[in-house]
Amino acid sequence: MGMTMIDKILARAGGIERVAVGETVVVDVDLTVLIDLQFATGWIEPVKIADPDKLAIVMDHAVPAPTLQDAAGGTAARRFADRFGVTRFYDIGRHGICHQVIAENGLALPGQVLACTDSHTCAAGAYNTAARGLGIAEVLSVMCTGKTWFTIAPTIRYEFSGEKPRHVSGKDIFLHIAGTYGDATNHNLEYGGPGLASVPMNDRRTIATQGAEISADFSIFGADETCREFLATVTSEPFDPVEPDPGAEYAAVREIDLGSLVPYVARPGTVSSNAFPITEVERRTVDQCFIGSCANGQLDDLRIAAEVLRGKQVADGVRLIVTPASQGVYRDAMRLGYLGDIVDAGGVVTNSTCGACFGYHMGVVGPGEVCLTSSTRNFTGRMGSPQAEIYMASPATVAASAVAGVITDPRAVAA
Amino acid sequence: MTTEIEGRVWVVDDSVNTDAMYPGFAMKLSHEEAARHVFYELRPGWTEQVREGDIVVAGNNFGVGSSRPVARLLRILGVRALLANEFNSLFYRNCINYGLPALTVPGVRAAFNDGERARLDIGTGQVENLDTGAHFSVPGLPAMLTGILDAGGLIPRLSRDGYLPSGAYE
Ligand code: SF4
Repeated sequence: MGMTMIDKILARAGGIERVAVGETVVVDVDLTVLIDLQFATGWIEPVKIADPDKLAIVMDHAVPAPTLQDAAGGTAARRFADRFGVTRFYDIGRHGICHQVIAENGLALPGQVLACTDSHTCAAGAYNTAARGLGIAEVLSVMCTGKTWFTIAPTIRYEFSGEKPRHVSGKDIFLHIAGTYGDATNHNLEYGGPGLASVPMNDRRTIATQGAEISADFSIFGADETCREFLATVTSEPFDPVEPDPGAEYAAVREIDLGSLVPYVARPGTVSSNAFPITEVERRTVDQCFIGSCANGQLDDLRIAAEVLRGKQVADGVRLIVTPASQGVYRDAMRLGYLGDIVDAGGVVTNSTCGACFGYHMGVVGPGEVCLTSSTRNFTGRMGSPQAEIYMASPATVAASAVAGVITDPRAVAA
Repeated sequence: MTTEIEGRVWVVDDSVNTDAMYPGFAMKLSHEEAARHVFYELRPGWTEQVREGDIVVAGNNFGVGSSRPVARLLRILGVRALLANEFNSLFYRNCINYGLPALTVPGVRAAFNDGERARLDIGTGQVENLDTGAHFSVPGLPAMLTGILDAGGLIPRLSRDGYLPSGAYE
């Protein structure tokens, strides 16, 4: 039987010829990423670690520190980086949401294994990396020993055909998949096919990131020309990509005709079996619109938002909050004028952080409010009050809705 | 160490997510304080009712969501084990890695009601509802995982192996 992309990376990292579904393999982890939150709660400074060069630290979820606990976490992170000589330390000023920082610094490379204590680590699957979120205890263990184990899960392959329409983004593609097929618990997701060439890297990252929402293990794309071109802009390190074997065995192969897709919206609670074409969704009045997160705070997301907002005004009674995914994205969006377009329209641009995405700071929603978000998760209570309703859509849909004051099809307000 | 566990059951349904067990606002608190907010919306007041040695039985896709160490909060509350039709894999790994026995038992949710007593053996994969006699047999946990549980989770093991200071956690 042939192997899928994830099978091949895990077999290689385990130093064995082949793996099959159900087998457990102990693997060497190429890079472990620590984030601010783990220094803030329950941090235990190690006595020894495997290799400081296989470590990066990213300050992202709660920066600049909104609480004393987070401030103390920052101190612990700085002390740790200093003591163990961790040079890849993205402290405040060089910071950003870890998955963005990983991407723009070339920390995730094709064919490698990456671990981080954040459930959306599967984001790096966009770069042909076997990346996934692990708990804090396990990440401590990987940092100390350099290894962990995985049980090979069955893989679902999505085969893209056709061409992605202009007003459809990675978010819409993902919401279509989540709405149509529901959970992929204990499965890996592999994306490819002739239509992939029309899906740019930012959209691939959105899709890879959100695999966590349908409970998948790993998400992964092949390293095609588009991917290699992107990687050439962020790294000069060599890498060794994987492609699936011709006879690779899949739990399912599902074709997605990109050309037939439209903007999608997920209703509150979950995206899984709960996302629909925007034409079928109620035109709810919105209180807060949020564009940001590891999934949709990328430069292209801010560009799309700016294009929709340019010369328009956010509706009365609506708060539009835009959070660039990293300091790098912030700087580029500033130079390109996107931030000006957003602020001139009445939006608020925040510092780069996870912030509103997990209801922690800078955009917490109140009881009875309706939020339309382009972030990753619309669980009850995710962004603040459990009495708030969180709808999810693409940055274009969120921006168009902020202007209209109700959930609005971005095709109706084409820039 | 014995792999057999017996206790009073609490049931929850499908796709109970990590934000329902460890909400964002509780991340501003210590683990001990955060534990008081488990199921804050789903079952208000539950953290006052749960007792040392209880078992939680869930439906499909249990624990979808974040890497937040919910298992640690559940242990602080005294929960001895989890049973579910199906677990999210990140959540499942967290359970084992924080020393909380967890067993996947398809169909188990429908076989239990609140307050009934369960007996399970994570080594042999035997699960029984002591009130109704309903019985399940699934593969037991592999030695690699029972080894982590025996050590009380990864953190005490790392501490024992000299990577973390002695006495880290439990
Ligand atoms: S932006 Fe949201 S989903 Fe992404 S890492 Fe931060 S909290 Fe998690």
